Parts: sequence; C-alpha cells; structure tokens
Amino acid sequence: MIFPASNALQRTNYLNAQKGWWSWFWTIDHKRLGLMYLWGVFAMFAFGGFFAMMIRWNLATPDTNIWDPELIPAATALAKMDAYNRMFTVHGAVMIFLVIIPGIPAALGNFVLPIMLGAKDVAFPRLNRFSFHLWILGAICFILTFTVGGLDTGWTFYPTYSTGSAGKAVIFATLGTFILGFSSIFTGLNFVVTIHKLRPPGMIWFKMPLFLWAIYATAVLQILATPVIGISMLLLLVEYTMQIGIFTPELGGDPVFFQHLFWFYSHPAVYIMILPAMGVMSELIGTFSRKPIFGYKSIAMSSLAIAVISFIVWGHHMFLSGQSPLMSTIFSFLTFAVAIPSAIKVFNWVCTLYKGSISFATPMLYALSIIWLFGVGGLTGLFLSTMGVDIHLHDTYFVVAHFHFVMVGSAIFAFIGGIYYWMPKMYGRMASEKLGRITWALNFIGFNLTFLPQFVAGTKGMPRRYFDYDPEFAVYNWWSSIGAAFILVGMVLTLIAVIQAITRGRPAPANPWGGVTLEWMTESPPPEHNFEGDPPEVGDPYDVSLVEYKNELDGFVPAKPMASDPNMYDYRASLKAGVAHTNLHP
Amino acid sequence: MMPLLASALAVLQQPQSAPPYDPLGMFPPNASHNAGTSDWVFYFIFWTCLVVLIGVCVATLWFAFRYRRSKVGLIPQDSPHHSTTLEIVWSVVPTFFLVAMFWYGFKDYEDRREIPNDAYEIHVNAAKWSWTFTYPNGYQSQHLTVPADRNVRLRLSSPDVLHSVFIPAFRVKLDVVPGRYNWLWFRAIEPGVFPLYCTEYCGQQHSQMDARVTVMPDAEFDAWLAKESDWGALPPEVAGLKTYGANGCVACHTLDGSAATGPTFGGMFGTQKQLADGSTVTYDENYIRESILTPNVKLAAGFAPNLMPSNFAQALSDQKVDWLIALIKSKGAQ
Repeated sequence: MIFPASNALQRTNYLNAQKGWWSWFWTIDHKRLGLMYLWGVFAMFAFGGFFAMMIRWNLATPDTNIWDPELIPAATALAKMDAYNRMFTVHGAVMIFLVIIPGIPAALGNFVLPIMLGAKDVAFPRLNRFSFHLWILGAICFILTFTVGGLDTGWTFYPTYSTGSAGKAVIFATLGTFILGFSSIFTGLNFVVTIHKLRPPGMIWFKMPLFLWAIYATAVLQILATPVIGISMLLLLVEYTMQIGIFTPELGGDPVFFQHLFWFYSHPAVYIMILPAMGVMSELIGTFSRKPIFGYKSIAMSSLAIAVISFIVWGHHMFLSGQSPLMSTIFSFLTFAVAIPSAIKVFNWVCTLYKGSISFATPMLYALSIIWLFGVGGLTGLFLSTMGVDIHLHDTYFVVAHFHFVMVGSAIFAFIGGIYYWMPKMYGRMASEKLGRITWALNFIGFNLTFLPQFVAGTKGMPRRYFDYDPEFAVYNWWSSIGAAFILVGMVLTLIAVIQAITRGRPAPANPWGGVTLEWMTESPPPEHNFEGDPPEVGDPYDVSLVEYKNELDGFVPAKPMASDPNMYDYRASLKAGVAHTNLHP
Repeated sequence: MMPLLASALAVLQQPQSAPPYDPLGMFPPNASHNAGTSDWVFYFIFWTCLVVLIGVCVATLWFAFRYRRSKVGLIPQDSPHHSTTLEIVWSVVPTFFLVAMFWYGFKDYEDRREIPNDAYEIHVNAAKWSWTFTYPNGYQSQHLTVPADRNVRLRLSSPDVLHSVFIPAFRVKLDVVPGRYNWLWFRAIEPGVFPLYCTEYCGQQHSQMDARVTVMPDAEFDAWLAKESDWGALPPEVAGLKTYGANGCVACHTLDGSAATGPTFGGMFGTQKQLADGSTVTYDENYIRESILTPNVKLAAGFAPNLMPSNFAQALSDQKVDWLIALIKSKGAQ
C-alpha cells in the first residue's frame, strides 16, 4: 500500500518537534503530558494488576497459596495473611488513586480536550505540568509504603485500624493520597477554565462534544469533592502522629465520622471514574454508528445530573455502620435517583445504533460490550441501594463484583477503547485490528468469567478481604481465578498491540474513523500547536455528513471544503464500481 | 416460560412473613424469620433488572447486526436524533420500579431495626480476632448458641477496631464500632449450625475471625445454658478448658506445645522459662497468675510487649485464674 508522501509522521509534529528526555519532563504541551500520564497509568496498571493476579492465585482453591514453602520456607500462616492483606490494599489503592481516577481525564482528557476545542493548549499549561509532577510524587509515596512494611489498611484507611496498629505505611499512603488529590484538583480546575474560556467561536455549550460535557462534569466533581479527602487524610495524619482525638474513641473521637468524610469524597470519586468513561462511550457509539448521537441534550444533562446527585448519596456505604435509620432511608432514596440519569445514557446509546452504519472496529467492540458490562454493574447497584437487601450483601463478594463491573468493566474498557480510538491521533499510526479484536475477546470473556461468579459467592455469603474461605465457596473462586488468567493474557497482549502499533503500525490518515469532532480535523499526529494555521470551522460535533470517506487516504476528509473540488470522492459511486474499502471494518 | 411467569406472580404478592423463595439457589439456608422477605425483595429486583438487561442487550445486538456497515454501507438512512416521548417514557417508567424497590427495602430494613421489647439479649464482644458471646447469666463462649422461635437481640461492642457481625443464614449483618453499642436482632426459625463471619476488615487474622451459630429448640435452650454455666461442678482443669475457650486465650496460645501468636501452655508447668530480658523464671502458679494479670512484667522470650490484652485483671475472676492454672498444670511437663 502506498501512503501519501506528505504523511504527518515525516513532518514536524509534536512528537519530534523537540528532542531529549528533558523536553518531555519539562514540557507544557498538553499532548506530551497526556502521553506521559498514559504511560504512567500503564505502569501503575501493571503494578496494581500484578497484585490482582496474586490475589486470584491465592484464592484459586481454598488451600492454594502463593507462598511456596520451598521458595519462602519461613512464611508462617500469619506472615502469609499479612502479605495477602498488603496485596489487596495496594491493588485497591493503586488501581483507584493512580489508574482509574487519572486514566481517562488526565491521560486521554489532556490529550484530546484542547484539540477538541480547537485550542492550542489548556488554559494553564504550567499548572498542567505541575499536576503531572504531583502525580509522580504521589505515585512515589505509594511505592515508598513498601519500604516501611507495606500498607494493610485496605484502600479505605478506616480508623481505628489505620490509626492504631497499621504502622508507618499509613503516613506515606495518606500523604500520597493528599498529593494525588491536589494533582486531581488542579487538572479539574484547568479543564473547567479551558472549557469556559477557550471554546472557539461557534461552539456554544450545546455544540460541545459529549466527551467534553463528561469531562466538565468530572472536573466539577474533582474540584468540589477532592478537598474533602485531602482534609480527611490530614486529620488522619494529625491523629496518627500527634494523638489528637478525632476518630479514636479512647481519645474522644468517632470512627464513623471518618467514614462520612471518606465517602463524601469517595462516592463522587466513583463518578470521577465513570463519567469520563461515559463520555468516551458517547464518542465511540456516535462515530462508529456514522449517525448523530441520539438524545444529545439528555446525555449532556444527565452527566451534570449524575455529578450533582453523586454528592448526596455517600451514606449508602454506611447502612450498617450504625448511622441513624432515618439517614439510611434518605440516602437509600437519593441513591435510587442516580439510576435514572445513568439509565437515560444507556437507552440513548442503544437508540443511536438504530438505523446507523455500525462498524465493528476494535474501539466499537469495547463500546458495545460496555452496554452489557455497565448494564450489569449499574443494575447490581440497585440491590445494594435497597436497604433490606444490602444488609445481606454488604461487604460480600457481591459488592466486589458490582464495583469491578463498573470500574473495570466500564471505566477500564472505555479507557482501552479510547486508547484504540485516539491512538492514530497520538502516534500517527493505526493499531492492528486483528490483534485488537483478539485481545478484546480475551478481556471480555475473562472479565465476565472472573466477576460473574463472584456475585453468587456474595449472595451465598462470602465476605470480602478474606485470605481464605470455606469450601462451599470453592467453585466460584476457581472460575474467577481462571477468568483472571484470561484477563492477564488479554492485557499483556493489549500492551503488545499498543507497542506494535506505535513502532510498526500503518501510518494513520488524519481521520481514520470518520469522527466529526475537531481533533479529527488536524493531522495525525498533530503539529506542536495542534492546528496548522487557523483551527477549522466548528460544526455540529455529530453531523456525520460533514466528513466523507476518501478511499485513496483510507480515511475521512471534511466534506465542505471539498465541495468545489472536482476530485471529491463519491462514496456511492465507488461502491457501485466495486472499490474495496479496506479501513471500514464492516 | 411458565416457571418464569409463576415467579413473576409470586413476586407481585409479597407475603407478610415470606416463605423461603430462592428459585435460582443463590442463597444460604433460610434460617431466620425474615430471611424469606429479604430474598423475596432480592428476587423482585433481580427479575425486574433481568428484563431490562435482556431488553437492552438484545436491542444492542440486533441493531448492531441489522445495521452492520457491510450491509447498510457508509451512509445510513435517515432516522430521528431525538424523541422527547421516549426520553420521558424511559425516565418515568423506571422511576415506579425504583420507588417500589426502595419501599420494599425500607420496610424490610425497618423490621430489622424495630427490636421487639421481649428480645433475649446476648452481648457480643468482637476483639482482634475472636468473638466473645456473653449471656444474661454471665456465661461466656466463643461461639453463639441461640434458641429457635425466640426473639434474640445482640448488643455489639469492640475494644479495638471496627468489626462486623455477619450471619448469612439469618441475612443479618451489622458493624461493631469501637466506642459505641450497636444492636441487631433476629428470630431463628429452625435448629441447625451456621457460620458467623467478621465482614469489616480488622487486620491480620480478619479471615480467621469466624464463629459457629447453633440454633437449638427453644425448650432445650434454658437447660443447656444452666448446664454450661455451672462450671463449679466440673473438675477444675475442665472448667479451665472452658475458660480458655470462652475468654479468648485460644486465639493466641496452644495447648500442644506448638508456637502461635503467644507462648504455648503445653508442656510448660514446672520448667525454667526464658524471659525477654535474658533472665529465667520457674513456670509455677505465681508466674502464671502474674503473666495473666500483668502480661508485660515478665515477658516471655521471643514475644513483643503489649501483644496480650492487659485487662484480664478485670475480665477474669480469681476462680477462673485458678481454673486456668489447673488447665496448664494438666498439660504440664513433669
């Protein structure tokens, strides 16, 4: 195949405009920062994923254990329990604070958001760099917990365990969470200002891509909720280091108070994780259906509705903490309210498919599977918001399966789908479709195999955070561990697919998928300041008639500037003439 | 189809005191008065969600197949981009179901929170990593025994960290919070033996912190309690063994000479004991008594201070200390 000689890879672009590691480390280019976040998140995902695999290995059968006596002869039963408790803690904390929360907003959001706005960068590029450096510092704090015996409090840091016997690792971990919180706040602030101030002429709020609506709602949550986790972590540190009574009853504190503070942040944080994923979903479903997204305003407004309601439902984590039944009742009622805007999004996505032109390219496979995964994850949330049923299911594997369906099945799948979708823009090269589909299948099958059995283990009564379990739960854990092995292979191959694409992938056209948002109107990869000359004119972000397929580019081009061009590509005529459309992924 | 319809009908008429309802076999035994209600609410949500999920997924698959690009080409036919009617329908209809779920869950929860006045109270102390159940007459045990068909109330307290009582067969669970009491209640409906777990992470041996719940016929319960409580009639070493179990010594000290969190009781009496400060002491009645009441004073070699609770001077009567001494003597080395 012959590629146009003017391929953007050979020209000056943001990747080759400056050289040397310092040009990356000290960059203020949102695209480079986005990529560095991306690789940082990959590294942390591998780190947290390693512990996930160790957990599943340990739980594969009631008497497996990962500490082979030949390897570690001195490992007594108690030392094994200590090791296990550290593993699930690190898995949870790393995956939440260092992978899912920064995953889509900081990595994909940083890369895409300014280009989608036709802007040269975010509003505060230096603050953006500072956010990234804080992120690295926070990650280092978490890694340092290993030097002081490891953290074993669970990612929730509940006192009085965390303030009592848990050890010095609590200091590093809470400090890390505090620093990561600021990284998150600054990123959110940057995005809110950028969206308010840098929208191009013509892009009124209701002409904004839905990804930006989702990122906007997320950013508002980051700014308003994250300070509370910062405060809670400081209070925890104050109590731990100075013995000032805040949470410990002996000192005059109340452990349930911490739970209120913690979930006041951590429940909105769940939406910090899922809202951007919903934004990616809306982009993918729209583009790969070649049809305006159904119910644009409903999807946009439901993002804001979710953001608002998410602030007043935290108490559903505490139905069994001993909080007053009246409070539980109010929180239960409000929690059901979140289901409505979430359902609205799903119904609108499904309706977008109706009478579309559905491509099964890798990003779309991830998007379609999310309808099932988010369906299961969201609907199982209804069981847990029902107070009577939650009594039985609380803190069992039912909860574990529920939040993995939402945070991994939906957020991580959207993240991977988004990476496949925007990779041509990031590196100017296409990923292998074949490898992409195989890895999708492995991840999808593996994920369902891992977490569906855990629902039943939960209803049968298996508590979470257990080092071992009664034999009656063996069958669910066995299948769960088999599924985890599939995910391991799938994720390693996904990484290989990404590296293969970056190094040897086919050069990408400016607009391989037929997206209409502005990032597809510049070259792949984009020049240093995103657009050569003036940014393109802004149209409806989902009016697919604005772009047309051009066979010799194997990609899409803007339709309007071509109107007077005698060489304008006529898709219908080409179909009649029997031209092969290699990149259409039928 | 018929079984599904039958289930749907069963779901629509929630009985007052629900019989066991578990058509898919997803729950542990149904052993308390409102386990059936709880499962019924679960299945009400389950069937509702299943219908929605199947609908959404079938529509997704059908649309994706029917309108695949290889069939319809790159330019799809025109179709609406918005429908206010649909948006209203799929916002309002689910609301009714959500309110129903909330209401059933609320009624169920209310029933668990309204503790009957006549409930038989057992005090539950959850400490890292064992349970102590104290009956009204002062009898203590590491395991829970309750009468069937009688309302039982558990008063929960913890001296150290958060724990949570979970009895799957009764569908009850409640956090044990240091610094305050929490209450839960249930009425067991048939005799049997069921597990009790700790479900709030509490550190190293969280997963080992379980207990046995025995439900015995109401008529036998009082006689059983009286017999179990009367340790004075037992030989001292047998009473010592019961104290050893009931007061939590068993969590850290073995009787067979093997190592654990604390030093073993087996084969020790009369020997010379190595202490942490390098000196030795004769393992006799006085040493045992001192080590129980003030554990940090003569610390055994190889063990850290403050591992053992120092409240046994209050928790154990002189008689119980004597019984423990008798127990250790009976496992002695002479």
